[in-house]
Amino acid sequence: MEPLQILERVKNQFGDRILEVADRKLDPFAVIDPKAIVEIGRFMKNDPELQMDCLSNESGVDYKDHIEVVYHFFSYQRRHTAVLKVKLPRDNPSVETLENVWKSANWMEREIFDLLGVNFEGHSDMRRILMPEDWQGYPLRKDFVEPLEYHGISTVRESPIIRLDTKKK
Amino acid sequence: MPLLNTLPDYVLTTKTDELLNWMRKSSIWYMLFGLACCAIELMHTGGPRADIERFGATPRASARQSDLMIVAGTLTLKMALRTRLLYDQMPDPKYVISMGSCASCGGLFQLAYSVCDGVDKILPVDVYVPGCPPRPEALTEGLLKLQEKMMTERWLSRGPNGKQIAAA
Repeated sequence: MEPLQILERVKNQFGDRILEVADRKLDPFAVIDPKAIVEIGRFMKNDPELQMDCLSNESGVDYKDHIEVVYHFFSYQRRHTAVLKVKLPRDNPSVETLENVWKSANWMEREIFDLLGVNFEGHSDMRRILMPEDWQGYPLRKDFVEPLEYHGISTVRESPIIRLDTKKK
Repeated sequence: MPLLNTLPDYVLTTKTDELLNWMRKSSIWYMLFGLACCAIELMHTGGPRADIERFGATPRASARQSDLMIVAGTLTLKMALRTRLLYDQMPDPKYVISMGSCASCGGLFQLAYSVCDGVDKILPVDVYVPGCPPRPEALTEGLLKLQEKMMTERWLSRGPNGKQIAAA
């Protein structure tokens, strides 16, 4: 199936819980109600027409006024893909975990939590995955300010030659 | 001179310090430890073509048996704490080679939030090997430079804290 047909099929099933279907040349996507993500995920996985057996990527984007979590699905059975997005508020962004539908969501959700601070409700192991456990803040947020020091290690290096980013450091 | 001339051919004379240094520099055991793509070149350096085992340098799996730490690759802040721990576990006398741009100054990733801008922020570095990554020949050269440095030390007459007393 073409990506747009998949999204239409999901829309027929869930109606107004699909907020928007955007036709893009590369990756058409649907913006959905964050509360419905698990339900929609289960449907897409179990529906005989869709059979989305793989959550190939889950990522997050900070758009300054809101945070988006993007889901890329793939079906090995049907060889087709689909993209879903949820929009979350910037303060305390929170969405239900997809870990119980696709196991692979576990680490990807931990990464989004680590770098953007999105909380995934019901996640079995919601802690940082890449950054140190005692790290403050979420580095991929647009308003993240790099600390000048980490455990006594200065993060500033005066370079005699290169001053690429004088504003930052 | 008269004394030397009376000695038979198989007798060698040297200074104790120099003998010690010669032995130390001929068995630099480096820690088997790599952080990023530089580690690939480090492996090549130990391989048959560059073969730094010619100079007595052989990898050890434990920090407690190593004399030399070759910091090969991008040092993240998370890893920096662990690297410092490993360095502290090494017995004296110990040396550090900073291999590649990343270990020397943060390199390409200097402005990244997660990267320690150079291993010299946490450890004393003896030799910097530039390159991204340095070729095995460059690292070998770094090792030879380190050997030169070791030969100039007076290990017997060192003061407390391992610091050199001014050369006699």
